[in-house]
Amino acid sequence: MTLARDDLAVASTAKPARWSFDAKALIAAPGLIFMGLAFAVPVLMLIGDSFVDRDGLSLAGYRKVLGDPYYIGIIGNSLQLACITTAVCLAVGYPAAWALARIRGVWQVILFALIFLPLTVSIVVKTFGLTIMMRRDGIINFLLVNLGFIERPMRLVFTEFSLYFGMVNVFLPFMILPLYSVMRMLDPRLLDASASLGAGPVHTFLRVTLPLTMPGVIAGGTLVFSISVAAYVTPGLLVGDRFMTMSQVMAKAYLNIRDFQLGASMAVIMLVISAALILASSYLVRTPGGERR
Amino acid sequence: MALFGSLFCRLVLGFVIVFLFLPILIVLTVSFSSSAVFAFPPPGFSLRWYASLANADSMLQAVWLSTQIAALSTAISLVLGTLCAIAITRGMIPGAKVVATFMASPLMLPGLVLGIAFLQAARDFGLRDTYSTLLIAHVVITMPFIMRTVLASLSLFDFAMVDAARMLGRSYPAALWTVLVPNILPGFVSGGLFAFIASFDNYPVSIFLVDVRTKTLPIQLLNQVEMSPDPTVAAISALLILGTIAALIVCDRLVGLKRMASI
Repeated sequence: MTLARDDLAVASTAKPARWSFDAKALIAAPGLIFMGLAFAVPVLMLIGDSFVDRDGLSLAGYRKVLGDPYYIGIIGNSLQLACITTAVCLAVGYPAAWALARIRGVWQVILFALIFLPLTVSIVVKTFGLTIMMRRDGIINFLLVNLGFIERPMRLVFTEFSLYFGMVNVFLPFMILPLYSVMRMLDPRLLDASASLGAGPVHTFLRVTLPLTMPGVIAGGTLVFSISVAAYVTPGLLVGDRFMTMSQVMAKAYLNIRDFQLGASMAVIMLVISAALILASSYLVRTPGGERR
Repeated sequence: MALFGSLFCRLVLGFVIVFLFLPILIVLTVSFSSSAVFAFPPPGFSLRWYASLANADSMLQAVWLSTQIAALSTAISLVLGTLCAIAITRGMIPGAKVVATFMASPLMLPGLVLGIAFLQAARDFGLRDTYSTLLIAHVVITMPFIMRTVLASLSLFDFAMVDAARMLGRSYPAALWTVLVPNILPGFVSGGLFAFIASFDNYPVSIFLVDVRTKTLPIQLLNQVEMSPDPTVAAISALLILGTIAALIVCDRLVGLKRMASI
């Protein structure tokens, strides 16, 4: 009850004229109290834990993470993974979303469903499928050998190729869907207007299409970056310990080596990265040039 | 030139769809293979891996646990989330926008961070029971999906209808139940479906909360993939895929896929 009462108290001090206590507001109380206790408190406690060790307040966890080239390298790995995945998803997703937005009628519904459906399939299942594809006797080697690109099957599992292939495979729809929803709104007559005013296709793309679809690029980019920087299942199965990421370190810190302060500090650093990203993207969308939703 | 551009985009789209479906089709193919190794192309067709599922006790237990957790957490989120969303939409509580963002924010946090936070909190609060810890954590996971869809549905709902029902003699809860609930049913269906899938498929939070005897399906599946991958895993994955498609088709009949995805 405390949360709801606090809220009401704030309301009555802000507007002293309004005395009426609306009992109906109490319907929000169970959900708010639950989320306060089960979500806000644990996250705040985790942040607190990262500043505490056995002797009380300490920054030892952060000193360990940020002072050690090994852990700096791991943060770098996570950022690199997220950057490359986002860049490839954008490069492939942009034209695909464009085609999806320009097609009309029943085909659009069908193709949309085909992009959407893989999202609902479990990530563990998809990654399992990817590991089968990457085997020496798997379909990728089968295709490469039969198409004459390579002589003999090569090792693909646990390489960075399989990592990026898998990451893009799992997260590409998260780029296409936001792009599509923005591109669908774009008036195609604008492109004709640009062309009839003498602009070439490249010029039209850079001056009309790209600026107008920027909100989709920002939304998709933020989404793909933030989920791939925190990805755990896909990198774990496709490269394992050869390419350690922040997620692997956090999981290891809690599940294997039981260094809770290390895990908590890593978790807070990841939290800061995600928060910074969300703030940056909402700032970008609001600035003139991006604000055309 | 423009024609060339649009042709290029369509080619990319076709390539993308094939690319996205590759691992899914591979899992389906392997599940019908007569061989225990994952060679491509498979040497023959058989249903033996589906038959062997009947004996995969730990896997079936995991399916049952995940189904329970996903259904219960979705139901709890639907009730708590909808009540909260009504208060937010009606401006009954101050700072409605902040409250809405707060209720939807677990989706924006990295899953592992949430999982670690739950693990530590459960320890500090002395919560030992794996089942209830999992359930509480999954309510937090499912809440954002419910909040987003229900808030969107409520923004289109005319609350004057609730007032009308009250003037005609219904109590406030009865008015909500008979007037509001049927009207925003599509929001419940699509939000509930996504919430269910998010919970059923969750790995990064559950991994910190499960114990040896109580494992959710994604954890059990990944264990099996890492330890002894055989086509039984593919068979259960194939059933999962078919189940998801069936659920999507049912929900599409009820509310329309386009509408579900756009919210």
